[in-house]
Amino acid sequence: MSSVISVSNLSKVYGSGFKALNNINLDIKRGEIFALLGPNGAGKTTLIGTICGIVNPTSGSVTVGGHDIISDFRAARAMIGLVPQELHTDSFETVWNTVSFSRGLFGKPKNPAHIEKVLKDLSLWDKKDSQIITLSGGMKRRVMIAKALSHEPQILFLDEPTAGVDVELRKGMWEVVRTLQQAGVTIILTTHYIEEAEEMADRIGVITKGEIILVEDKAGLMQQLGKKRLTLQLQHKVDAIPPALAPYNLHLADGGREITYDYDTKGERTGITSLLSDLRNAGIRISDLDTEQSSLEDIFVSLVRKS
Amino acid sequence: MNWRAIQAIYLFEMARTWRTLLQSIVSPVVSTSLYFVVFGAAIGSRITEVEGVSYGTFIVPGLVMLSVLTQSIANASFGIYFPKFVGTIYEILSAPVSYFEIVVGYVGAAATKSIILGLIILATAGLFVPLHIHHPWWMLTFLVLTAVTFSLFGFIIGIWADGFEKLQMIPMLVVTPLTFLGGSFYSVNMLPSGWRTITLLNPVVYLISGFRWSFYEIADVSVALSLGMTLGFLAACMAMVWWIFRTGYRLKN
Repeated sequence: MSSVISVSNLSKVYGSGFKALNNINLDIKRGEIFALLGPNGAGKTTLIGTICGIVNPTSGSVTVGGHDIISDFRAARAMIGLVPQELHTDSFETVWNTVSFSRGLFGKPKNPAHIEKVLKDLSLWDKKDSQIITLSGGMKRRVMIAKALSHEPQILFLDEPTAGVDVELRKGMWEVVRTLQQAGVTIILTTHYIEEAEEMADRIGVITKGEIILVEDKAGLMQQLGKKRLTLQLQHKVDAIPPALAPYNLHLADGGREITYDYDTKGERTGITSLLSDLRNAGIRISDLDTEQSSLEDIFVSLVRKS
Repeated sequence: MNWRAIQAIYLFEMARTWRTLLQSIVSPVVSTSLYFVVFGAAIGSRITEVEGVSYGTFIVPGLVMLSVLTQSIANASFGIYFPKFVGTIYEILSAPVSYFEIVVGYVGAAATKSIILGLIILATAGLFVPLHIHHPWWMLTFLVLTAVTFSLFGFIIGIWADGFEKLQMIPMLVVTPLTFLGGSFYSVNMLPSGWRTITLLNPVVYLISGFRWSFYEIADVSVALSLGMTLGFLAACMAMVWWIFRTGYRLKN
């Protein structure tokens, strides 16, 4: 798949000396949903802001659809719809006017039919003549998405789209995002809800302290996720794993008082039953056992800690 | 050129004007009428004539300029400060619009509003005193140039300001005094010579003088100088705006 956004050696140092982005390299593929995960202050919003033209980069370059974001900013920005994290709205405008304004701002001719479709898709049609100030938080969020979609972008940035949004609405938002992807729109979303990334993304990138520390297919990450570890506490210390148990690939821990066994929950059989009977045959007695699952959250937390 | 974007920004700003019609149009008209009552009636009864025209008539161009200056600055500074304040500026900055187009949209709307206002005040003045405009085209030229120049100046203030206090500071502490001391209500020739020299350092003198000349053919300084100073100030504001956008000052950092 060809990449639609290409970020190379991008850095941003703010006037205060704070280094928000440190030599970022990232390619976003056309048509994918890319989730950018990271703790607060990791540089997610600065990265998006730089790609969209809101923040001037200190060094490095970005192309969008092959257009440089500085020398060819018109072509680059015309492709992008941006939904920022904060609810920035013109309180006194009506929904219809503010969404139409966005379309004009992006240089597109008037198209009431398209605006109507966007508002209907986002369940805002019956609010089209309401002033934005009268809407609830969730509706305002959808108005901002409508503004971003008003000019038919090929790329949509959603910065924390479901922060502070109730479960019902979050599911609705995911639905909208999927429909957009089917229509060929590339979507980049930032989130710190792991489950959101799990649910939505094709690929996941992890950013912390201004650096991208991991980019991987979600499938690959999920494979790691499917792994579970069984820990068996032994009644008596053993010095070595009996050769008969070699196929299980067991590990000794806690000075011979524990045996650990890694298995795949997604496999047809986990092998636990036969392991337990083989252990008994080998004369190893168990006092206790427990299992743990490595979640995306664990991977994420350990990655962020390590960096 | 993204004409649709210019149109969108311009119409958005004008819509804001119509929404706030009362404070935009009515209050300057009321305050101008008050000037007429106070200055025209109270002082005008003592100063009967200035350089061949009645005092009430003499102050009309100055009053129009006073409103155009302050309203241009107020409109334009608020127009760009408000999106910065509420955060909606993100959309302007991420849109495929050039800086030039942004300025044309915002400054164009602010200038339009203050030109309309200037003409309304002129019409209001016509109810109090007889008006005669010798050079209507020059009058309009000075009106438009001043409105555009000071809207640009207001735009700069709006970008520079990072709080409502700063937004008010320059208009209150600099522009209003300069306007009052710029010959709105008197002829510079009426001042003692020492003060006259100092007054000539005030850029507003040139604006008002040129504007008044277009009405009555009386001027404190030559018309060419008035025009030159106005264009010079316009150029200075443009250079400043160009620098702001080139560096991303207070917008993209």
